[in-house]
Amino acid sequence: MPEMVEEVRAPGPEARPELDDAGASPELPDVVFDVQRLSVLYGSFRAVRDISLRVHEHEITAFIGPSGCGKTTMLRCFNRLNDLVEGARVEGRLEYHGVDLYDPRVNVTEVRRRIGMVFQKPNPFPKSIYDNVAYGPRITGLRKGLDDVVERALRGAALWDEVKDRLKASGLSLSGGQQQRLCIARAIATEPEVLLMDEPCSALDPIATTRIEDLMQEIKDQYTIVIVTHNMQQAARVSDRTAFFTTEVGASGEARTGVLVESDVTERIFSNPSDERTENYVTGRFG
Amino acid sequence: MTTIAPPGPIDDRARGLLGGGLALRRRVADALVTGGCVAALLVAAVPLLHLVVTVASRGAGAITPAWFTRSIQGNVGQLASQGKINDAFAGGAGTLAQGDIVLGMQPAIVGTLVITGLASLLAIPLGVLGAVYLNEYGRRSRPASALRFLTDVMTGVPSVVMGLFIFSVWVVPRGATGLSALAGALALACLMLPIVVRSTEEMLKLVPDNLREASAALGTRTWRTTVGVVIPAALPGITSGAMLAVARAAGETAPLLFTIGAVTRTNWGIDGVTTALPMQIYANATENTPEQALMAWGAALTLIVIVVVCTVLARVVTSRFSFRPT
Repeated sequence: MPEMVEEVRAPGPEARPELDDAGASPELPDVVFDVQRLSVLYGSFRAVRDISLRVHEHEITAFIGPSGCGKTTMLRCFNRLNDLVEGARVEGRLEYHGVDLYDPRVNVTEVRRRIGMVFQKPNPFPKSIYDNVAYGPRITGLRKGLDDVVERALRGAALWDEVKDRLKASGLSLSGGQQQRLCIARAIATEPEVLLMDEPCSALDPIATTRIEDLMQEIKDQYTIVIVTHNMQQAARVSDRTAFFTTEVGASGEARTGVLVESDVTERIFSNPSDERTENYVTGRFG
Repeated sequence: MTTIAPPGPIDDRARGLLGGGLALRRRVADALVTGGCVAALLVAAVPLLHLVVTVASRGAGAITPAWFTRSIQGNVGQLASQGKINDAFAGGAGTLAQGDIVLGMQPAIVGTLVITGLASLLAIPLGVLGAVYLNEYGRRSRPASALRFLTDVMTGVPSVVMGLFIFSVWVVPRGATGLSALAGALALACLMLPIVVRSTEEMLKLVPDNLREASAALGTRTWRTTVGVVIPAALPGITSGAMLAVARAAGETAPLLFTIGAVTRTNWGIDGVTTALPMQIYANATENTPEQALMAWGAALTLIVIVVVCTVLARVVTSRFSFRPT
């Protein structure tokens, strides 16, 4: 088992190493994201504070915790989607294979091409099924072989058989579960390395949820998945590793800030957590 | 097969659910408000229908093939007194004889199409780009807020002021060659621009942010998201706003008064003096011979038809490009 990810190896933001300092980030072969004392602020509001955790390759990492604890905020740091929110900024360090994603030199669109995302609410474009899936590859300039890419992505998202005869139909004509799988197909069509999933099943019925969960298991050999979920059973069912977040009332008593309580192998989080708050949450006594 | 049991006794807790319907007071209120709404609709429809019917019935007599091919006769009153105008144009079924003068409006029809078309070419792309800046890039920044405010102010500027503005900055410096279709188009474009900007911005605002996020999350730059997702999603609304501006501009007289001059011969170009339908309506309606009144009505009818045709065409074209949930 990899070691506990709580510990902070690298110096904190106050003693931040230079980026080209080779010794700053000793490579573990299977670490995709290395988060070190990350805080996210919206204006002066600190949404999450001092998060440190690691995401490992070809694993499913689940973020669980009560509403408003910063799970989604944390997730949206991985592909820098918080950049779109006015007044959002981060402190600390978020490394992707050794590159600090918040380095000013980082090419944000390139980051997002390698780190795909599936949203809470299915959000297909008002275009045809085909054009939805082909959107990402077209952005990267792909013109030839689009049909194959679209088919592969739709097969990958277990949607091909249901839509192969109506690829020209609107993506919005599909059912909720199909739309979400279409969004997964759209995300994997660009062949990202990581798939971020923000409560991908919260708008779906149990059957559609099962399909998405099965799908996650099928594709985790090719992708690294980080999933935010409100559903503890889902986290227990699908994830290899679980991070439990909670809210903490600030010293001044007014603002609620999200903090990471612990992050560990899923089995241990649910059977033998090291923190009492985790135990209270997973046993249903809180949240 | 199951049979439906006969109704049993009604429980006390269900009392009041049957019978009575709405109380008298509520029924009266319902009737009053419904009646009021219908009445308001009828009152609002009366002037509209009246206008369409009046213009169509009075103007129809002027519309012959010659209307679209002939120059404008400036002295129709005089010609009529010499018996040279065919009375077919008064709505009767008269016959054309050799040598008769036929009412023509081609210069104004061409002028309106050229001037309005040119103004649209100037104002619509510029206005849409401006709205894209305001909604997709500027957002709530200071320059965007300042621009938004200026656009609002510009919407309220009377059209005659737009005409005077172009007259002073464009026509006067050019002297004799200043009056032109281009100058008229510039004046109309000034008028259209704020309408296009604000209506387009409103439509872009309606595009849900989750589409922008979905696109951004695929590694799409903002301009590409705007062109590939946001504008297509807002296209029907953008077209409606643009057509509103076109209709408004096509019917304007004041901005053209100082900018295009007045001619009776067709000018297909953007240089040189020309004329337009609203100008002809104004010029002919202020004369008092029946023939000139007929020309004014005919010009009004032509203008309405042009605007309706443009609007319908624009809707048909955009419906081809837009993707609706099925």
